[in-house]
Amino acid sequence: MSIANQPRVTREEPRAEGAILEAEHIRKYFPLRKARLFGSQRAVRAVEDTSLALYPGRATALVGESGSGKTTVARLLARMYDLTAGTIHFRGKPVDLQSASSLREYRRHVQLVFQDPFASLNPVHTVRYHLTRPLRVHGHSRNADEDTEQVLALLRKVSLSPAEQFIEKFPHQLSGGQRQRVAIARALAAQPEVLLADEPVSMLDVSIRLDVLNLLLRLKEEEQLALLFITHDIASARYFAEDTLVMYAGQMVEGGPSDDVIQQPKHPYTQLLISAAPDPERIDLNGKNLTDLPARGEIPSLITPPSGCRFHPRCPHVMPVCRERFPQRTELGGGHWTHCFLYGDGETNAGQKPLITVTKQAL
Amino acid sequence: MAVETDLLLDVKNLSVDYAAANGTVHAVTNVNFTLRRGEILGLAGESGSGKSTLAYAVSRLLRPPAAITNGEVIYYPRSQDNSDAIHITASSSRAKGGKRHDSDGSDTEPIDVLRLTPAQLRAFRWSELAIVFQSAMNALNPVMNIGKQMTDVLKVHRPLMGPDSRKQRALELLKLVGIAPDRINSYPHELSGGMRQRAVIAIALALSPEIIIMDEPTTALDVVVQREILTEIMRLREQLGFSVIFITHDLSLLLELADKVAIMYAGKLIETASRRDLYLHPRHPYSYGLLKSFPTINGPRRVMTGIPGSPPDLRNVPSGCSFHPRCPLAFDACRSVVPMLQASTRETPEQLVACHLYDERFAPDGVPSSADFAKAYLKPLAERSHSV
Repeated sequence: MSIANQPRVTREEPRAEGAILEAEHIRKYFPLRKARLFGSQRAVRAVEDTSLALYPGRATALVGESGSGKTTVARLLARMYDLTAGTIHFRGKPVDLQSASSLREYRRHVQLVFQDPFASLNPVHTVRYHLTRPLRVHGHSRNADEDTEQVLALLRKVSLSPAEQFIEKFPHQLSGGQRQRVAIARALAAQPEVLLADEPVSMLDVSIRLDVLNLLLRLKEEEQLALLFITHDIASARYFAEDTLVMYAGQMVEGGPSDDVIQQPKHPYTQLLISAAPDPERIDLNGKNLTDLPARGEIPSLITPPSGCRFHPRCPHVMPVCRERFPQRTELGGGHWTHCFLYGDGETNAGQKPLITVTKQAL
Repeated sequence: MAVETDLLLDVKNLSVDYAAANGTVHAVTNVNFTLRRGEILGLAGESGSGKSTLAYAVSRLLRPPAAITNGEVIYYPRSQDNSDAIHITASSSRAKGGKRHDSDGSDTEPIDVLRLTPAQLRAFRWSELAIVFQSAMNALNPVMNIGKQMTDVLKVHRPLMGPDSRKQRALELLKLVGIAPDRINSYPHELSGGMRQRAVIAIALALSPEIIIMDEPTTALDVVVQREILTEIMRLREQLGFSVIFITHDLSLLLELADKVAIMYAGKLIETASRRDLYLHPRHPYSYGLLKSFPTINGPRRVMTGIPGSPPDLRNVPSGCSFHPRCPLAFDACRSVVPMLQASTRETPEQLVACHLYDERFAPDGVPSSADFAKAYLKPLAERSHSV
């Protein structure tokens, strides 16, 4: 399938009101080494035609399985990768990152927290070093006294107390939760407006996850951060994000207010994801309750992805048109949208009635 | 097949220490539990709580600096064992507890796994007890195709089997776990994560063991694949009737899967209960906190309290109940007296808990309800959110 077959969305969607960071129709292909000299260039099509907007003081969750492209989206937004196509607007202005100084200026506003706090901190440096570097690089501190003062303030902000004790510690002296707090403090040191958190708690113990998530929520409120919360756990999206976006094999399939998306999932993939997630509230305590899944299989290869909607080989409701092209975005009302032919192809379907009768999913 | 409910494994007072330069780590302390035939026992706990160490101690896989310092692991073999397995009933391995007689009179010698000689241990492992490790990619040999890895097991443990019947058995096993038999010559890198995990389960099943220990078998997998593997495990258990010790940090998974759940904290079992009892009324404050740490998908949103603090350093475990520094319900006795695992209340004698709140000597006011737990947990939550 070539790019030409992809539906090129020509319609100009209205610029989201008040969005601080906006990505429009971004794509990312990672080229592969050529196998044959005259063979066509192959690529991993990691992200296809994705649009999203982040708002100050609002958390947006990006949910998907591994390999769905959610981390690539975060790294594109952080400009760690170059875009293959599409634009990113920051405060309404297109982001121009030709020079190193403009990139640094952009990074002052947009910061990333990585998944693994055991790998993202340098083992030979103290907490003080990790937090002083961004302060100096972004010019928030000019001398050693200011450094200490600001580092202590940052440590208190992420609830590492007594801060005076933590400042001289090395990463190996900290627990996983404490390390992740240092990583969050390091991101905050740049005084960003946008925080991209890439699976910030998946490496942490269950009893600590909640504290770190609550910390992120508190910071979001206090600093009015626009938070992108990447997770594979759709249940935590419900609790920690106002909006939820669901991604499958590089394509955005559904999005909207978290409660709408998770309580009334429309796209068959979202329905599958939710039916597969363990949930103590769903158990039938007297019998075994491992419901059979409506769809099986795994995420397809992104080098030769399925044509049209990439979920079609696994979809229980697949139609011929699904194989031909990717459906346009259908508005379902209340900000809830999906890319699925079951609900239309681009038009508004506020009644949320599927155009084709959908058999009730085992939820 | 009908699930028999007699005893299969009885672990008594098991303790494991790690000798470290800066102090001995008591990874597992005085753990008691039983496993019945066909039962799925869920072992839950945070990392460092000793759940994997416990499982490896039961299978005698620990190496120095780990050492089993105390305890017995009594294994009760099936009564009519007419398989071609090598019998492991040498007198040195007999349990001190004496013989157990079945109703039909055939004598089966209980075996103390911890006293087996290396040769007996080789016969015991895989035929009686097999393990599925966490990371299938690391458990499989990357330069050997999966068929070879399966027949290898049969070659060593079933020397009388010919090459054709070995291959036949390998194909049978692949079919059993839902892999197309034509993948028998595939190498691990040619299989997806879920298929690899299925292959590892197939290898564990090769000799039809009585017990399978699964150490976080689905942690590295996506939710959809995880669900498929769990369904497969449940189906195979129905079909083959083996018992499972399922280790995971994901308590919500165990509530769907396990017959009985044991929760570990800092090397000790702090609560064992049926999944129903645990879900409806967790008795230990830690169990309650753990249950309230998982976000729910269905139903109304609820307050998630989590657990304040972080797990203890096992070199320096707090005195008394090791959970007391994090426990919102801790009182004086918790700091000095070590609680023992005992029946929580008269109404639920099967639900064992190690907590002074259920000991009349320390807490005469009666058993705390879930509302009491909720109130106690909410208070530090309010304090935590205000501390900036």
